[in-house]
Amino acid sequence: MSEPVKLLGSFGSPFTHRAEAALRLKGVAYEFIQEDLGNKSELLLRHNPVHKKVPLLLHGDRAVAESLVIVEYVDEAFDGPPLLPSDPLARAAARFWAQFAVDRCSRTLFKALWTPDGEARRGLVAETKENLALMEARLDGRRFFGGDQVGYLDVAASGLAWLPVLEELAGVERSMMGEEEFPALCRWRGEYTSHEAVKACLPSRDQIVAFYAGMKERLVLHARSMQK
Amino acid sequence: MADVVLLDLWVSPFGQRCRIALAAKGVAYEYREQDLSNKSELLLRSNPVHRMIPVLLHGGRPVCESLLIVQYIDEAWPVAPRLLPGDPYARAQARFWADFVDKKIFDCGTRLWKCNGAALEQATRDMIEALGALEAELGGKDYFGGEDLGFLDVALAPFTAWFRTYEQCGGFAVAEHCPGLAAWADRCRGRDDVASALTDPDKVYEFALTLKEKFGDK
Repeated sequence: MSEPVKLLGSFGSPFTHRAEAALRLKGVAYEFIQEDLGNKSELLLRHNPVHKKVPLLLHGDRAVAESLVIVEYVDEAFDGPPLLPSDPLARAAARFWAQFAVDRCSRTLFKALWTPDGEARRGLVAETKENLALMEARLDGRRFFGGDQVGYLDVAASGLAWLPVLEELAGVERSMMGEEEFPALCRWRGEYTSHEAVKACLPSRDQIVAFYAGMKERLVLHARSMQK
Repeated sequence: MADVVLLDLWVSPFGQRCRIALAAKGVAYEYREQDLSNKSELLLRSNPVHRMIPVLLHGGRPVCESLLIVQYIDEAWPVAPRLLPGDPYARAQARFWADFVDKKIFDCGTRLWKCNGAALEQATRDMIEALGALEAELGGKDYFGGEDLGFLDVALAPFTAWFRTYEQCGGFAVAEHCPGLAAWADRCRGRDDVASALTDPDKVYEFALTLKEKFGDK
């Protein structure tokens, strides 16, 4: 199966990164197409008419949308080290914690970052930390959530690698994911971001800053409008 | 404790997904109705993160989140019907659309009983659009899964019991906008494995009205 693989994405977005990381980890050759989200391409709108979002994977003429759906697709459609374990219970657990990492960690953390100081923000920070503590416990002394190898849950949780830059941008003084409270997660972050395959598609600090540049007001508005 | 236990709530469409999957696979299980106003020790222990139903216990080990439970059932009991097909692309499509059901149908459905005025009108428009997208995806097949129940059929079927509620709240008819989907709903309800799981639409409507009373916009 050597049909062309294209990834439409927005470099700097953690959602796009999940899809790219999966491709890199499986050793799939692909073309990255940077989307201008303010002026979406005909290709994107034609192949993801439902959500009109990135990332979007095009494998031949097959379009796959939604970052975690893309990750599972890449895992199943291509050879290479499996990202998900084979045991049904372990698979269910990886998927459960991936959803948790995306909905209750990255998303809550995002809201916390861009909510102005006050009681609401304090509540969100507390909630983020409670949830990060559960992820910390999941690592349980292992190098990656997937064990010795980067796996599905590592890719899903990869948004946490963005945190230091985002906290810098948001002017946060004390990190929500400090080393004292979350030594395993901080170590994991180092391992993940220095992994051979992942490194190749991880945006630099400057690229992340550029992605979020001029967005601060919009981010504050978006955080406010996000449902619980 | 039986080998397979389902912690559930009678009217929950999410719990019903699990019941349909278990029935379709012919898996014997013990159903345990949960009182969500007074959560059981077993529920809290089995789902400490979300403290919600449904929870499937297999040999005492919990699986949480309805779509994950359905995938687990499909993988742990790899007998017909295979809810997720073998082809990776078909699997991705099924997962995408099941996620769509969670994001759109449940959300629009909630707004339909909860909201009034302009918000209700918007919810109605959104629901019709979402159902239309699903109608297009069904594309004249008997089931989303083809000739037999698939992952997306299981994900959506419980919400057919809510169609009457949506119609009453929104003042529209599913059959008028989405005849294919309406026919699919009838086809599903004609099956034992689905029918035995679903709540009677009139009871669902009664239930939605009590929700509206308690939590609806004033």
